[in-house]
Amino acid sequence: MSTTNSNADNHAEEHHGAPSGIMRWLLTTNHKDIGSLYLLFSLLMFFIGGAMAMVIRAELFQPGLQIVEPDFFNQMTTVHGLIMVFGAVMPAFVGLANWMVPMMIGAPDMALPRMNNWSFWILPFAFLILLMSLFMEGGGPNFGWTFYAPLSTTYSNDSTALFVFSVHIMGISSIMGAINVIVTIFNLRAPGMTFMKMPLFVWTWLITAFLLIAVMPVLAGAVTMVLTDKYFATSFFDAAGGGDPVMFQHIFWFFGHPEVYIMILPAFGIISQIVPTFSRKKLFGYSSMVYATASIALLSFLVWAHHMFTTGMPLAGELFFMYCTMLISVPTGVKIFNWVATMWRGSLTFEVPMMFSIAFIVLFTIGGFSGLMLAITPADFQYHDTYFVVAHFHYVLVTGAIFSIMAGAYYWLPKWTGNMFDEKLAKTHFWLSLVSVNVLFFPMHFVGLAGMPRRIPDYALQFADFNAVISIGGFAFGLSQLLFVAVVYKCIKGGEKATAQVWEGAEGLEWEVPSPAPYHTFETPPTIK
Amino acid sequence: MATKQVSWLIPAAVLSGNTSAEEMRLNMTQGVTDISASVYNLHMIIFYICCVIGIVVFGIMFWSIIHHRKSKGAKPANFHESTKVEILWTAIPFVILIAMAFPATKTLIEMEDTTDADLTVQVTGSQWKWHYRYFEHDLDYYSLLATPQSEIHNKIAKSANYLLEVDRPLVIPTGQKVRFLITSDDVIHSWWVPEFAIKKDANPGFINEAWTRVNEPGIYRGQCAELCGKDHGFMPIVVIAKEPAEFNKWMAEQTEIAKNAKAEEQKLLSMNMSMEELMTLGEKVYNANCAACHQQNGQGIPGVFPGLKDSAIALGDVKEHINIVVNGKAGTAMQAFGKQLALKDLAAIVTYERNAWGNNTGDVVQAAAINEFLVDK
Ligand code: HEC
Ligand SMILES: [Cu+2]
Repeated sequence: MSTTNSNADNHAEEHHGAPSGIMRWLLTTNHKDIGSLYLLFSLLMFFIGGAMAMVIRAELFQPGLQIVEPDFFNQMTTVHGLIMVFGAVMPAFVGLANWMVPMMIGAPDMALPRMNNWSFWILPFAFLILLMSLFMEGGGPNFGWTFYAPLSTTYSNDSTALFVFSVHIMGISSIMGAINVIVTIFNLRAPGMTFMKMPLFVWTWLITAFLLIAVMPVLAGAVTMVLTDKYFATSFFDAAGGGDPVMFQHIFWFFGHPEVYIMILPAFGIISQIVPTFSRKKLFGYSSMVYATASIALLSFLVWAHHMFTTGMPLAGELFFMYCTMLISVPTGVKIFNWVATMWRGSLTFEVPMMFSIAFIVLFTIGGFSGLMLAITPADFQYHDTYFVVAHFHYVLVTGAIFSIMAGAYYWLPKWTGNMFDEKLAKTHFWLSLVSVNVLFFPMHFVGLAGMPRRIPDYALQFADFNAVISIGGFAFGLSQLLFVAVVYKCIKGGEKATAQVWEGAEGLEWEVPSPAPYHTFETPPTIK
Repeated sequence: MATKQVSWLIPAAVLSGNTSAEEMRLNMTQGVTDISASVYNLHMIIFYICCVIGIVVFGIMFWSIIHHRKSKGAKPANFHESTKVEILWTAIPFVILIAMAFPATKTLIEMEDTTDADLTVQVTGSQWKWHYRYFEHDLDYYSLLATPQSEIHNKIAKSANYLLEVDRPLVIPTGQKVRFLITSDDVIHSWWVPEFAIKKDANPGFINEAWTRVNEPGIYRGQCAELCGKDHGFMPIVVIAKEPAEFNKWMAEQTEIAKNAKAEEQKLLSMNMSMEELMTLGEKVYNANCAACHQQNGQGIPGVFPGLKDSAIALGDVKEHINIVVNGKAGTAMQAFGKQLALKDLAAIVTYERNAWGNNTGDVVQAAAINEFLVDK
């Protein structure tokens, strides 16, 4: 792929660059500024959610209640989950989409720039409301990020209204972001950029955006029913009034399962960009990657009840959801095989983005394996709601989604800032993260198989040693992330100048504009040959 | 506390089932029923399948990482697709999965077959205890955590079955098909006994079924597995499986004791207990049944559970006080304790609440007053 447009020359005459001061950030409609805002916000949330994880791990360091009361412990697990899902992982991907999608398809900006500003700026309020609810009398939400009724309705505290409101705002933000991505990709592709030429990051985000539009309204419906059940005497989830608490779980997971893929499909996209670059070889099976992503997205609507095998579903339901869940591992496997085939007989180098990507492939696959084990319904009866599940979803979300975000950040950081990052510091960050994250999450498999339930503030003595090890891994992983902040800070401040292509094997439109990418790119569309 | 273990680093140790109370088992239990054994087998089969796939895929990847590096002079090849290979690696996993689906389906069908039970026990979860009712016998009782608060708060050494011990375990016979009808009085709980491979949610307003046939007598411990509020981590399950003859003996004893207790209650109605007696008993029963929410110091948790120290009800009309304790308050976490506790205990609790923590009303409530209230209703 190459362009006939030399953007750098055009840009010398540009007179409207970035405005200065706080108003630049408040009023910006520039996709790069909004992308940066999303990314910085998500980094902040990553540390706030991480601090809560540290509280959880400190309490679980030893058996017995040491530093927090059980009710506060439940608030920590709940808000940690909500913040990491809605505040850290999702906004990070939206930030990457904002930065990269227009540049990858040769568009001047996102299609709906004012809505873009709006969808970012309502987010801080959503999380402010959520965090402030922790300081109410009676505390914040304490029913788990899955907020099962009736624990979240009849039996919840008064912060529930704030929780519902804040989730509504997050949902509106996500839906607006998704609309923007779809409209941009459909309408602003440069001439010659056909769908089957789009980089995979763009493809995976397009499919993710459709998932978001499909399921965020379902989440909004679920929280609204929780609100009316609690405050307006409806009984959607109360058997005494003709409702059903299990229906809540069906509705929640109809949102929740596609949500899992919302958090992993863009990750697949990032890895599919990085692996070919550092293998100096084209992505193996481009079209099968696209079809695999689409089939994962479709199947993700048919597996929700695998989160609910113990709720007492009829046998036929259990069998259906078991088979569908097993099936979804096939297209996921195709992706892994394609990445490995891309590396096969390439010319590999191991810069930091590649190191994170390789770690992603291995560790995400381990998360996929435990997912396949969880699909086997009879075995799931033993795994469900234990630390085995905690291990599973942290492998796919931390060493999956978050490692891919780290990989993407290191990959594109020189393009964003114009400077190479401190490679030594970044490698230290990688190795410390890699070791500590496994000390943190790998033993959880064993603790879970041995029978430790999740979401408990205290546990039987047999689990003591492993929990101490897990907590140490947790503290180490948490501290290691400070290095990431140091790398990013140093890279923004200065460093060796980056070339336009940055990485030797990099291909695509984003590598043809100078580094740092000018405030406005592709004001006249490039032509793709 | 358990001895330091580093052996989990060694894969062989990972798979050896180690079940002593002090040392943690590293793998799923094989349990004590035929079902739990087949569940364990499914778990191991799928685990080995994952291992094989993992070794092949990661093996190829690391081969590539070692041999196809630029620093070793590797030149990139040109290929970037192959329909044949793609079909192959879609089809192979598919076949493996179908092979896996057969035994899984078979076990699942067996697990869901709750017909022809020899004994039925209703299991009801509530915040934060379990209630067991034997359908074929005149016996039902609550089962509460037996670990003292002083162990939980690290004031004294923790005993071997810390958090996994209850005051009255469920007792079932070995070799017979026992059916469980599982439900809840408030939020969703989940009744989990790993050794039976049973984990079934207790949904308020609905009844779920599960069954087991235990092969070996013994004591089996489990926990509530669904987040159910503040003390979710403190509602364990203990099941004792006894030989049928011993079970029958136990059952006869227990029904006899229950009958006598009822007769005893009737006698009690005409007797008066002294203030000291009531206060001593009241403190004990209060701490066991009420302190989880209203706290030992009577101050509750602001915004969640009301304090009883200086509360309008505890200082006000006795009838109203008895009413809320006996009948609870619908739509809140305050349960009806009338059916949970003996008259004597209820009288003691109410007396205690009206005179402890500086609530010096001086009121003495006798069993007869509580009974009057129950009869009244
Ligand atoms: C699972 C938690 C829980 C347990 C256990 C519990 N309560 Fe309550 N209790 C509550 C809640 C919640 C309320 C407030 C109900 C309302 O909204 O009016 C309450 C209210 C009360 C009140 C009225 C207080 C007032 O001033 O309004 C009394 C008296 C009381 N409980 C006594 C008891 C006694 C006695 C026990 C033990 C036998 C007990 N409670 C066990 C949760 C609990
Ligand atoms: Cu429970």
